[in-house]
Amino acid sequence: MKYLPLILKNSLRNRKRTSLTVASIAVSFCLLGFLLAMYRVLFFGNDPTPAQALRLLTHHRVSLAQPMPASYEDKIAKVPGVKSVTEWQWFGGVYKDARDTRNFFMRMAAEPSKLFTILSELQIPDRQKETFQHDRIGCIAAKSLADRQGWKLGQRITIMGDIFPVNLELTLDGIFDTPEHMEMLVFNRDYLREGLPPSAKDVVSSYLVQAETPQDVPLAARAIDNMFDNSPAPTKSETERAFQLSFVSFLGNLKLFLMAICGAVTFTILLVSGNTLSMAVRERVREIGILKTLGFTSGTILGIILGEAGVVAVGGGVLGCALAVLMCGMLRNAVVGVQFLKILRVTPEIAAITLAVALFTGIVSALLPAVRAARTPILTSLRYTG
Amino acid sequence: MAIPIAYNLRNLVVRKTTTVMTALGIGLTVAVLVADLALVNGLKQAFQSTGNPLQILVLRKGGTAELSSAMSREVYQDLKTNPGIARDAGGQPMASLEMVAVISLAGIDSPNGMSISLRGLDPVGRQLHNARVVDGRWFQAGRREIVVGRSVSKRYPQARVGKQIRFGKGLWQVVGVMDAGQSAFNSEIWGDLNQIASDFNRQDTASSVLLRAVDAAAVPALVNSLNDDRRLNVAAIPEQTYYDNQTNAGAPLQILGTFVSIIMAVGSSFAAMNTMFAAVSRRAMEIGTLRVLGFSRFSILTSFFFESLLLAAAGGLAGCLLALPLNGMTTGVGNFTTFSEIAFNFQVTPAVMLPGVLFALILGAVGGLLPARSAARQEILVALREG
Repeated sequence: MKYLPLILKNSLRNRKRTSLTVASIAVSFCLLGFLLAMYRVLFFGNDPTPAQALRLLTHHRVSLAQPMPASYEDKIAKVPGVKSVTEWQWFGGVYKDARDTRNFFMRMAAEPSKLFTILSELQIPDRQKETFQHDRIGCIAAKSLADRQGWKLGQRITIMGDIFPVNLELTLDGIFDTPEHMEMLVFNRDYLREGLPPSAKDVVSSYLVQAETPQDVPLAARAIDNMFDNSPAPTKSETERAFQLSFVSFLGNLKLFLMAICGAVTFTILLVSGNTLSMAVRERVREIGILKTLGFTSGTILGIILGEAGVVAVGGGVLGCALAVLMCGMLRNAVVGVQFLKILRVTPEIAAITLAVALFTGIVSALLPAVRAARTPILTSLRYTG
Repeated sequence: MAIPIAYNLRNLVVRKTTTVMTALGIGLTVAVLVADLALVNGLKQAFQSTGNPLQILVLRKGGTAELSSAMSREVYQDLKTNPGIARDAGGQPMASLEMVAVISLAGIDSPNGMSISLRGLDPVGRQLHNARVVDGRWFQAGRREIVVGRSVSKRYPQARVGKQIRFGKGLWQVVGVMDAGQSAFNSEIWGDLNQIASDFNRQDTASSVLLRAVDAAAVPALVNSLNDDRRLNVAAIPEQTYYDNQTNAGAPLQILGTFVSIIMAVGSSFAAMNTMFAAVSRRAMEIGTLRVLGFSRFSILTSFFFESLLLAAAGGLAGCLLALPLNGMTTGVGNFTTFSEIAFNFQVTPAVMLPGVLFALILGAVGGLLPARSAARQEILVALREG
């Protein structure tokens, strides 16, 4: 520790080089932190809220695009451990112009009477809730969505059907807030049912199920899936998290891509930091010889050089983390319509991992030049004219 | 007078550790960019080589995808009589009624199951899609038999000739593997229209109709006449346009890749700058000597700038080499139009490597400019004294 001033002095000797190295490493660590944050939201997500921990999504085993009979609802409601269940129908459709991504948001049909107990995290004034529950053509929308579209209460919203041959003429009855910032619009499933031809009435894309207790969740999921196992429409019941993961796998082999890029970035950091340090050591061969004549042991010299590498790398790591925090914040605000980016955040764990990688790469990259410097005999280094 | 290039080359060789490390750093950045471009290139290729310029896809009015479209048999019968449609050797109109659904299969990348497009069609459809069987045989009408696309058979162990797959109302026998060139159909499973329709309870309404126009001139007329026919109530689009529009399935990966490589480039250009500054300060005496010999400030500036470009070019080439093993590797992404997976190959072509090398050169230029300027600015006496 008493060598810290010497280490700092050494690292500040060539300011241009040190600042360029720190900048280069910081940019790489910023990227690493960002990629780790991305990895977290994609594959771990936020911890489920108490309301989420009680919920299951039941859909056709093969894919969301295949419907289940409407009669499943009553059957699911009778499964032990199930408290409540509502139809949760993906409507798709087109709002204004589908080519503009700002017009993309989730449009779901559900049962207004059960919706608010199952999605208990929705915050909505009681008056608006009641209006919606008694309005056949009513709908409610997330606050972020309503703000973006400039919708006011009572607004008429027209959505053209594509999967369903129905055009919806909805009235905005309420605006709700959710912790997840879900951009969605929910309307009455009875209204959808009315417009459908008899042959298409009996289709439900998914059910939202609420269990009595968190312990009932896996049991209820298995009971529901077993019940429909041998029917023409077998089901798959999973938690929202698991469902989201299967959606992520749809984007391609992201896990592998992210890992490969993280690997490439880390390796680049190693190269940059190793390069700088070996340049620094090469310049100081004579000086190290003098230090040795003054009585510094090889071990101390090794430590001083490794320490310098560590200081530079951790400096870059800290700066990089700060940049990553800034970048995640900017993305959260700038991107609309991409749900998972709304929870993109550099958590303390991610910052800790990034700094650990910083320390590790700093020391590993310095190992070779440091050992060489420590081992060079005094006479050789004093004679060196570099 | 310019300083010979050999001077720069030798300098890079003498300091080989530093050169290699810097070039590798640039190389990794370029490799990420090239890999990203190769992925998008492969995906584009898969969609762009799908579809025949003479063919038109007909969906329900307002429909944008086969999966969400519905087409009744009556409409199909009406459609077929349009005089703009080509006829085959037997005098039958070349129009194919098809049903598209999605099934789930466990694959190598996705043990929990990935969605695959299933297409039911008649023999006329096989002819229109220009697919041929490379292993086994075609499915027979009236039997529970299927033929799988080449990419599907490669990526899904269950989908091999002789095996059975469960979907719809029971088991289906895999009897063949088909090849439809580099097209999207290699990611599909095909079977007999009537059999598949009955398994999905869709005997009355299939999904879409594919038809071939008499000649290229007839295509726009046919599209217009179908779109304007109030009685049919359909939307007709050229087949190639339909598939071109699906290229955006790769957009999330493309955006991520470009974003990452640009940020990496910023880091790498700092590193290149570092290396060049070190080169300049180490060679102060040399620079002084060169000036004494009569080389101008400008030729020293260009010489160092050029050395930085050389270094970056080496990095760019290294990056291309690093990305080259990806060529031909198969991967898949979800396609939101079909709600199923499209498989394609990474394509590391010269058209992809060129932007990679250019990217490296830009990087080298940014990193080399300041050090080169500082080299050119040195005073002769100071430089000579410094060594």
